[in-house]
Amino acid sequence: MTRKAVPPAASAIRRRAAKLWQLRLYVMDQTPNSVAALSSLRRLCEQCLKGHYRIKVIDLLKHPQLARGDQILAVPTVVRRLPSPVRTVIGSLADTERVLIGLDLRAAD
Amino acid sequence: MLLGISNLRMKTTKKRGRPAAAPAKLLPKCPTGIQGLDEITGGGLPRGRPTLVCGGAGCGKTLLATEFLVRGATDYGEPGVLMAFEETEAELKANVASLGFDLAGLVRRKQIVIDYVHLEPGQIQESGDYDLEGLFVRLNHAIDSIGAKRVVLDTLEALFAGLRNEAILRAELRRLFRWLKVKGVTAVITAERGDDQLTRHGLEEYVSDCVILLDHRVNDQIATRHLRVVKYRGALHGTNEFPFLIGAAGLSVLPITSLGLNHKVSNERIGTGIPRLDAMLGGRGFFRGSSILLTGTPGTGKTIIAANFAHAACTRGERCLFFSFEESPDQIIRNLQSIGLRLEPFVKSGLLRFHSARPSLYGLEMHLATMFKDIAQFRPRTVIVDPITSLMDAGTKFESKAMVTRLVDYLKAQLITSLFVSLTQGGHALQQSEAAMSSLMDSWLLLQDFQGNGERNRVLYVLKARGMAHSNQIREFLISSRGVDLVDAYIGPSGVLTGSARAAQTAREKAEALAGQLEAGRRKRELEGTRQALERQISGLRSEYEASAVELRQIDEQVRTQTRLLTTGRTELGRLRQADISAVAGARNGTVNRRGA
Repeated sequence: MTRKAVPPAASAIRRRAAKLWQLRLYVMDQTPNSVAALSSLRRLCEQCLKGHYRIKVIDLLKHPQLARGDQILAVPTVVRRLPSPVRTVIGSLADTERVLIGLDLRAAD
Repeated sequence: MLLGISNLRMKTTKKRGRPAAAPAKLLPKCPTGIQGLDEITGGGLPRGRPTLVCGGAGCGKTLLATEFLVRGATDYGEPGVLMAFEETEAELKANVASLGFDLAGLVRRKQIVIDYVHLEPGQIQESGDYDLEGLFVRLNHAIDSIGAKRVVLDTLEALFAGLRNEAILRAELRRLFRWLKVKGVTAVITAERGDDQLTRHGLEEYVSDCVILLDHRVNDQIATRHLRVVKYRGALHGTNEFPFLIGAAGLSVLPITSLGLNHKVSNERIGTGIPRLDAMLGGRGFFRGSSILLTGTPGTGKTIIAANFAHAACTRGERCLFFSFEESPDQIIRNLQSIGLRLEPFVKSGLLRFHSARPSLYGLEMHLATMFKDIAQFRPRTVIVDPITSLMDAGTKFESKAMVTRLVDYLKAQLITSLFVSLTQGGHALQQSEAAMSSLMDSWLLLQDFQGNGERNRVLYVLKARGMAHSNQIREFLISSRGVDLVDAYIGPSGVLTGSARAAQTAREKAEALAGQLEAGRRKRELEGTRQALERQISGLRSEYEASAVELRQIDEQVRTQTRLLTTGRTELGRLRQADISAVAGARNGTVNRRGA
């Protein structure tokens, strides 16, 4: 999803969005929490980082060895790999405000 | 919808067929390999169940858990997983390397997996519902990757600092412990000691099979670690508090009350290096593998006897380990050279090894642990501790006795002859100060000072020697440039004489003997003279006697001649007068008789 341009409204967002955001979502199969987290994350990213993000979903049931690398304990977990520093938010991402704080992703509105 | 959690459970259920999880009549135990802990727990931790190890900071929780894993991998062929929440893999490896554990090597050989869980408090944002499936996945993956039988979670409580939702956390912890049981691994979970409960976050609520409490406290400025098995479901266990050591070879619990007295003994006797002392001990010295206590006041020559003992052992070609807590090895070697005892060649040839350390260098536990390690490494036949008393000052009375008990027991079990030098204070060797220790010893030599005559002399006697005939005599202990010797002390009406008094007494006796000899010679000569005089007299008398005998014979001859002449004269007359011969003869006889009268 590496698309260029599409100017955002606020300048702050533009600065942040200048780079590509790399997000990883660690889930466990199709648990309700996992499903909810993925849809929440997609929704938020579309709102704030349209076109400047990539979400990689990792199913720990299939790749248990990957849990160690990003220090995963809880499921679901979102890890912001880029831009650095690494930031982590856990849970079904039901609380949008917390997700925005956690990922340092101020809402465009 | 199929949940991930139940999926994972299905995975574990498949692997449940292993024997570890199979219920047995007796609770199966998992040996920890930690010295003493298996004795207290009657064989180890409950197999296939979690055990909680709790205690304050710095009391050795991580170490106990790590040793459990390392011993399992090296001694029992059971791979293990170490999930560390506080220390990184590199830190852990470095920390236990000082204890001789090659954690890095075990990890390389896939016998141990270390998974460091990094949790920065406040760094993780929580939004909505979650579970700790990630932790389960990691643990499960680590266990399955090497077929682990043992798991350590150190310190699980870090989760409480990292995660805010305690309700979820507690539910997940409960699930985790259940899951560990199902998985059939023997787990050790460490936890910080709480104020009014065993653990700060009440983990004991979830782990109900075995709880071990560690404690580190200071008595008389000496810090000692203690271990207590608070709970062990379904098994007998020692409930006492046991001191334990963290030494260079890992943890070692001192279960004094459970030490068995069943070591084998030897009938072999070994010399002490002092022939006269051997003679006092039935002529053959001490039993091999026995423990000998050598007590004495300062300056009575304890170290010298000990060094002789070491010298004798090395001369026999046996290794000897000399623990010196007062003098440096060089000093001992130099000092003993002055009495003609050369230890240096043995040090060079590797038969004799010194281990010198100040007693105050570290606590009693550390000393004991280092000694154990040295003994295990060097495998000596003889061990000398000089002096044990200064070492005992490093701990409380009870601890010291426990330590000596353990040391003696350890040495006896390996048939190592041990000589403990003990310093007694005061002018006289008091026996009560060693009363506690002496009961552990097989033989007891006492060195003592005798003062008098403006001098001080050393005496030695055998206070006890179990199982062998020994002299009850006090011997004077002499130290000269030619070595040491024991001589009979003079025992006379005025008591025991030693030193110059003994020498004076000997001289006096010698003089008296000499005078006696002279007197006897004089009398002998006198008598000889008398005898010779008598003999002379006898020969005089004899010559006189012989002279008179000659005279007698001459007289007889004279008489006979006269008679004959007379008779001849008469006969001649008779013949001349024509007389009867017989009448003449008769007349002649009568005439003679008349003349004789």
